[in-house]
Amino acid sequence: MLRLKNINSYYGQVHALRNVSLHLAKGEIVTLIGANGAGKTTLLNTLSAVVPARSGEILFQGEEIVAHPPDRIVELGISHVPEGRQVFKPLSVEDNLELGAYLRYLKKEKAAIREDLEMVYSLFPRLRERRKQMAGTLSGGEQQMLAIGRALMARPKLLLLDEPSMGLAPLVVQEIFRVIENLRREKGTTVLLVEQNAKAALSMADRGYVLETGRMILEGEASELLENREVQRAYLGKEKKEIWER
Amino acid sequence: MDLLQQLTQYAFSGLSTGAIYALIGLGFAIIYNATGIINFAQGEFVMLGGVLTHFFLIVLKLPAGVAMGGAVIATTVIGALFERLTIRPLKRPTPLSLVIITIGGSIFIRGVAMLVWGKDTQSLPPFSGEEPITLAGATVMPQHLWIFGITLLVIAANKFFFYYTIRGKAMRACSFNRTAASLVGIDVRKMVLLSFVISSAMGAMAGIIIAPLTMTAYDVGVMLGLKGFCAAIIGGMSSGFGTVLGGLLLGLLESLGAGLISSGYKDAIAFIILLLILFIRPQGLFSKAQTERV
Repeated sequence: MLRLKNINSYYGQVHALRNVSLHLAKGEIVTLIGANGAGKTTLLNTLSAVVPARSGEILFQGEEIVAHPPDRIVELGISHVPEGRQVFKPLSVEDNLELGAYLRYLKKEKAAIREDLEMVYSLFPRLRERRKQMAGTLSGGEQQMLAIGRALMARPKLLLLDEPSMGLAPLVVQEIFRVIENLRREKGTTVLLVEQNAKAALSMADRGYVLETGRMILEGEASELLENREVQRAYLGKEKKEIWER
Repeated sequence: MDLLQQLTQYAFSGLSTGAIYALIGLGFAIIYNATGIINFAQGEFVMLGGVLTHFFLIVLKLPAGVAMGGAVIATTVIGALFERLTIRPLKRPTPLSLVIITIGGSIFIRGVAMLVWGKDTQSLPPFSGEEPITLAGATVMPQHLWIFGITLLVIAANKFFFYYTIRGKAMRACSFNRTAASLVGIDVRKMVLLSFVISSAMGAMAGIIIAPLTMTAYDVGVMLGLKGFCAAIIGGMSSGFGTVLGGLLLGLLESLGAGLISSGYKDAIAFIILLLILFIRPQGLFSKAQTERV
């Protein structure tokens, strides 16, 4: 469904992605883990064309999308839930969701948008309770739900999630991860999940990639990566001692 | 005429010029919120509204409605071209270069207007008669009422656009967070263009409704633009009620100052207020901790 070949991208002056390649099959949940500054966010920004790639190829459903502007990418079915949620704080919850379907509004798909709004509200009932509130008044968890809901309003085929667990209580993280799994099960949505919470991400995902200072250093089945000693040491917070003593 | 009557009189004329400042100020604020640019060519849109109406109405002898509509449309087209030709082509815009471009643009527009229509001051007939009406002891020109009415209408239309239409909401989203806006598929460049379209249309309307009172010429945009800028600063660059109140307040103070102290200080008052606000409360009088932008 998605294939990146030898992508090079810059974050300001920094060469943030070096010859990165990655692929996703339809309906997969793939996670991308790595330390701070490894280039995970830049990778998602490159995919959604916020930071255009300097070189390389991105194929989405067989179409070359590397030169597309951001709105065209959304139109093709890639929605990006950005790091730090970035909801439109001065706007109401419902306005945020409507804007998620902005391009579909321009195409006059009003009835279908109504249905999707109901769908998002049933996924996240708390958003329905707060639909008239300004998004800035929501808690962190609710803002994350709103950011995901907003992305879903575009009916994405591929959902890019940037650290949805950041700064949230474990129970809220569980709820959000459950929704992501349901989405895949019920709608077949493909998910690329960037996480620092490597353990949670790898336990949900099918496959994983490990990014280190702009290079893809490992890839494999999620279960393999969970067992991988290097991954355990670097990203799962296990001490060397623990690993060797097993 | 006793003092109270005098005050009512000043209040009426002050509020009606204030309404004009508010309209111009809203134009500043809308572009600022969409782009971060202070568009110093905003005053020229006001000038074009008046001058073009004069041209269509008096020179080409078109019916009043057509002349005014035509002036608004023509000014809007010029506003859109202005964005397309000067703002969009910039590869790496910095706030300073953008501001200088708008100043350059305003000088250019003014110069062309002078070449085309000359330096003479032109007057426009009022919309409905010159018979003054007595209201609460004050004499009011019908044109003042037109100004209030049209300003109210424009503000209401603005509010409706920004709060109840998807494009308006998209513009607000864009002014809050451009990256997030482009991630939901909003074309930020279109929103910038749209902000110029709206602002130039509003500027033209302000220029048309004030022309019958103050006359119009190729250079009226300078002062009116600065006054509108002042209103927007008092309102904290919000394109909501802050700027409207800012405009009304400015008009009121100007008119009271001119009436009670000396009419020679009329323009000075506006700029003293502007400086005071910038020194003491640069976030504007009516803004909360965080300004409601757009």
